[in-house]
Amino acid sequence: MTSGIRFDGVSVVYGETTVLDALTLTVEPGEVMALLGPSGSGKTTALRTVAGFVTPSAGRVHIGDRDVTDLPPYQRGIGMVVQQYALFPHLRVDENVAFGLKARKHPRAEIPGRVAEALEMTGMGAYARRHPRELSGGQQQRVAIARALAIRPDVLLLDEPLSALDAQLRSGMLAELARLHRELPDVSVLYVTHDQVEALTLADRIAVMDRARLRDCGTPQELYRRPRTEFTASFVGNANLLPVRVAAGGVDLGGTVLEVPVGDAAPGSAATLCVRPHLVGLGEGPNALRGRIAEVQWRGATHRLYVDVGGHRVKADVRELRDTPPLGSEVVLHFAPEDAVLLAAGVRDG
Amino acid sequence: MLVHSRTGRWASWLVFAVLFVPLFAVPLLVIVAASFSTHWSGAFPSGPTAEHYAAAVRGESLQALTTSLVTAVAASLLALTLGTWAALAAAALRGRGRRLLDALFVLPLAVPSVVVGLAVLVAFSRPPLLLNGTRWIVIMAHTVLVTAFAHQSVSAAIRRLDPMYEQAAAGLGARPSYVLFRVKLPLLLPSLSAAAGLCLALSMGELSATMMLYPPDWTPLPVLVFTATDRGSLFTGSALAVVLMATTLLVLLAVSRIRTRASYR
Repeated sequence: MTSGIRFDGVSVVYGETTVLDALTLTVEPGEVMALLGPSGSGKTTALRTVAGFVTPSAGRVHIGDRDVTDLPPYQRGIGMVVQQYALFPHLRVDENVAFGLKARKHPRAEIPGRVAEALEMTGMGAYARRHPRELSGGQQQRVAIARALAIRPDVLLLDEPLSALDAQLRSGMLAELARLHRELPDVSVLYVTHDQVEALTLADRIAVMDRARLRDCGTPQELYRRPRTEFTASFVGNANLLPVRVAAGGVDLGGTVLEVPVGDAAPGSAATLCVRPHLVGLGEGPNALRGRIAEVQWRGATHRLYVDVGGHRVKADVRELRDTPPLGSEVVLHFAPEDAVLLAAGVRDG
Repeated sequence: MLVHSRTGRWASWLVFAVLFVPLFAVPLLVIVAASFSTHWSGAFPSGPTAEHYAAAVRGESLQALTTSLVTAVAASLLALTLGTWAALAAAALRGRGRRLLDALFVLPLAVPSVVVGLAVLVAFSRPPLLLNGTRWIVIMAHTVLVTAFAHQSVSAAIRRLDPMYEQAAAGLGARPSYVLFRVKLPLLLPSLSAAAGLCLALSMGELSATMMLYPPDWTPLPVLVFTATDRGSLFTGSALAVVLMATTLLVLLAVSRIRTRASYR
């Protein structure tokens, strides 16, 4: 059996503060949905309404075709992994993994097999007899994932599962999570994160949240290549956002006419031009922008240039330069017309 | 380290010795010395003998020791159960209800134990609940007196307990009762055993309320120590006091072993 998650106008209000504002979102069965947003955007609150730790002030939450809004957490049949792992310190690894099965009165004879299977799946089989405090952070997180998977949930809730790990472990665990989902294609996953790399890597779709509201939702490619709001464009991929006016066959940026697809935008209307930093090149080319170097950051394989173009700061990620241009020197940037996206002005707040 | 210089460290040791030795060590050492003595001449007791101890571990004295132990264990278990229950209930309440419940359980701390003794005596000296003259009235008074301590230390531990464990357990499908017995109480075990030690020690030494309540067939050891010194048998009283002290220490040691094992896990 597979089941997805459906938020139906879910709001959470504490006193005067709305922490989640009428969220309507469907996670399809077997889909990995990332809830991406800065802290305080309501993403964790949304996840906790599914787990049952937060009661919505309005709206309904469904898991599969069950309305779980009024069910206590222990009747919801979910697996959950949180940032701090929350392994029971008084239980061994295998006892931690068996906890959910025992609590659900699973047939006793099957428990050891299920525990071994879950630990094997996360590569922690050799650590079954250890206590959580004898494990590293990454190992504890694997056990937490094994514990959540052992009950074979239809829905897996992951709340910033990798943010307590260091960068190297994080990318390793990211690959592990992707593999686990390939092995368990029926499990629907709601993955809360503030890290766009995690969201882009793992998710089938990303829901972008900001200030208690859903701002955008789509596949990673859609959001990255064709963001619909300024917030999405800057939060996912840190795009250049330039205020422009629509002209015939292009846009006008402070007197410079740039050739970009304008779609059905009315000539003369205000708009925002969105270009990804890595799609901006250094040197002459189509859509040339002249400006002065304000800052240069070396990032190993790339250089990030901050260039002041007519009062706007443009970011460009270029392949590592042999000779970096000195600060204040004049440079020319360019970008291909098809790499730009025009956003209607005023969609800033979704 | 708070004090860095060598002289500073010596000075603080000296202050510690000046304060600690006369206040804590000397009185206890004198009791131990007196318990081995037959008479007191000049500044020191003299005439080493073990006969007080021989008397202290049989007959009436042995009876009093077991009475004290049984009373302390029973009162502590009752207090721990009640105190933990109340602390868990208070934690689940909010605002006013929580403050009221907490205040109610701390009340015996503010009331002198003599008053608690009197209150219990007056309340249970008439039917329908006639407990006066039975051992139950002593155990009951001790329970009332030590529950406050159990409640205090357990509720402090509950406040420190991270709610994420409870939520993780609930998320895995554990009902509240399962969470309580498999997660919360095991995690509270170190605090529970600390509270148990405190209750046992307090109950083993309780005198003022006990004096008003004890029936002839249920005389705890502190009462015997008091009556012995009261009728002038200082050396017998000292030996009984040392037995009381040693037993309490042994009990506390046993309880602390539970605690070390619990926190090691």
